[in-house]
Amino acid sequence: MELSAIDVQGVVKRFGPSAALGPLTLSVRERSTLALIGPSGSGKSTLLRLVMGLVEPDEGVISVRGRVVRRSDAALRRKMGYVLQGGGLFPHLRAAENVTLVARTLRLPAERIALRLSELASLCRLAEAVLGRYPAELSGGQRQRVSLMRALMLDPEVLLLDEPLGALDPVTRSELQVDLRRIFDELGKTVLLVTHDLGEAAFFAHRVALLLDGRVVQEGTLAELESAPSSPFVSRFVQAHREGGANGVKR
Amino acid sequence: MIATLLALALAAPLDAPTVRVASKKFTESVLLAELAAELAEIAGARAVRREELGGTRVLWEALLRGDVDLYPDYTGTLWREILGRAPGDAAELERLLSQKGVAVTRPLGFQDSYAIGMRRALADRLGIETVSDLARHPELHLAFTDEFMDRAEGWPALRDRYRLAHRGVRGLDHDIAYRALSAGEIDATDLYTTDAEIRRYDLRALADDRQAFPEYQAVLVYRADLAERAPLALTSIRRLEGRISAPQMIAMNARVRFEGAPAAEVTAEFLATTLDLHPTVSVAGFWARLLQRTEEHVLLVAIALSAAMAVAIPLGIWAARRRRAGKVILGVVGIVQTVPSLALLVFMIPILGIGARPAVAALALYGLLPVVRNTHAGLVGIPPDLRESAEALGLSRFARLRLVELPLASPSILAGVKTSAVITVGTATLGALVGAGGYGQPILTGIRLASTSLILEGAIPAALLALAVQGLFDLLERALVPRGLTLAASETRSGSR
Repeated sequence: MELSAIDVQGVVKRFGPSAALGPLTLSVRERSTLALIGPSGSGKSTLLRLVMGLVEPDEGVISVRGRVVRRSDAALRRKMGYVLQGGGLFPHLRAAENVTLVARTLRLPAERIALRLSELASLCRLAEAVLGRYPAELSGGQRQRVSLMRALMLDPEVLLLDEPLGALDPVTRSELQVDLRRIFDELGKTVLLVTHDLGEAAFFAHRVALLLDGRVVQEGTLAELESAPSSPFVSRFVQAHREGGANGVKR
Repeated sequence: MIATLLALALAAPLDAPTVRVASKKFTESVLLAELAAELAEIAGARAVRREELGGTRVLWEALLRGDVDLYPDYTGTLWREILGRAPGDAAELERLLSQKGVAVTRPLGFQDSYAIGMRRALADRLGIETVSDLARHPELHLAFTDEFMDRAEGWPALRDRYRLAHRGVRGLDHDIAYRALSAGEIDATDLYTTDAEIRRYDLRALADDRQAFPEYQAVLVYRADLAERAPLALTSIRRLEGRISAPQMIAMNARVRFEGAPAAEVTAEFLATTLDLHPTVSVAGFWARLLQRTEEHVLLVAIALSAAMAVAIPLGIWAARRRRAGKVILGVVGIVQTVPSLALLVFMIPILGIGARPAVAALALYGLLPVVRNTHAGLVGIPPDLRESAEALGLSRFARLRLVELPLASPSILAGVKTSAVITVGTATLGALVGAGGYGQPILTGIRLASTSLILEGAIPAALLALAVQGLFDLLERALVPRGLTLAASETRSGSR
């Protein structure tokens, strides 16, 4: 049986009397990339936050590499990297301080931290001089690179990204897209990525899960979604993106 | 004589008992307290002066707690306000007070009670010397202070006792009544029998021949244990018994009120002429006074503000963490702010006595609100994605608070502390009412003497200190608020054009 790095079993999260997410069942294989796609409000980001342990499910269980995710388990969160749309960088800390914050609170040796920092800077193609700047002094693309470095600092087992390219201009976006895929490939991490853009999903992901109203409508490779759509919604969603023009090259 | 005094003065610091003398906020009380203090010093004691405290209750509580040994009061006040009953005779007063561990001197010789005053010239012309004489002239125009009109022992008692038939009796402000009287717009008004104005406006206080007004004999009230602790000083102070006549008291009041003479100078003159005593009087110079008050004031503000921050920042954090508790906390802290500052100061006295302690406690309570509110607002206002980022990184709760949330809230918290500091500098001037000193002292004296220059002697330094505090916090802001936040703030401003 193939090992799954992220396992979501029958998860339900309720928001008030009518709105709810799930029941959801989903798994991401070790070292593979799964893209969560779907229209706004379909529950993609909430699912990511559930996996991250930032929100507790009302029903069901989520586990990451066999360990059950709980909100109180901060140590498990340190084994996961998380990148938000805007970067989520702390404005009062310089880029380097943002990246090394947790490592420093864990009192890792300073030389190791410094080494890891320059390693990540070259991996994420960020000039060392930029590391001394505050987030307010960085461009949008630089912020996302710093945010990615922060997520990778402790060499996490899984990487969760919530629309990491959503707020960028087209040029920066395509540059970063290429870099991101290279990094995923080089590091061989398990990646769960949220996007509303099918083209981007196709560019990054081995498999795609299409969400609508808090449920997975279909999960498979993009080719499967195209050739054997499970519902009219799936074929409409795929069709709409083809006409709108995809943002990336297919994987 | 001089040799004896010199010997006593030199002996004083060695084994001298301390006598703490306090007074109320008006000139006569300050003068009587100063007389007692000088007499105690002449007897070799060390006198500590607590001038111009905020009222009978404050002084009485301080006396019972032992913060004060002695203060001047009036028999009528002791009966009505302290004992809460109708006046009886002197022996009974002594017995009732001794149950509380308090003793009282024999009357000092004058009364400060209500009287009806007329211009002397008019009174002479109409042959009016007593209130009974006044009753025979219902054509005269009477006007009284509002307080006198309202109090049962005032106008109603007077009218009934003498069957006064005057019509159109009006209520007026005290100062206006005096001016109207001297201008001839009214013919008689209420006054106190030792008011300096009697002399200034050449008035006659009509004799209360049918005893409508209660007795207000001036006495000194003191802790019974003073007789053992400082017997010589007490004997010396009791030399005042029966020695101060009403005209002498009026003259002393007038010297201070209208000629601007320092109280200590006036009392020294009295002791010299009446008891042939010559106390050494030292009046501190302007700069020495200013320095001492600045020290007192800055210390009050610094301690109160530190205490307020130590309590308010954790409260603000708690309020931001728990929404329901937060509402309660912000509500309670807001209510504290609505308690009048003087009332808050007086509440503190039974618990903390008089002096700097109750003032610091009251100021600290007053300083809470801006800090609690701004800490709460600063934390609640942190963007959700930053809060989430911190949690997603796997930082502990405490690390999140220390490394992310508090630094992000720091501009707001600092602004709250600044507001609190500036308010505290102003409010601390009220500390003088409970004997905490500071810039409030000359303001109190200035109000008592209607002296603008004295009021400014306190008000200007207080305003300058407030400005200095503001400037200090502006510098502190530059040093403490992380540079990245300043950059982020200016970016948002230019970004939202």
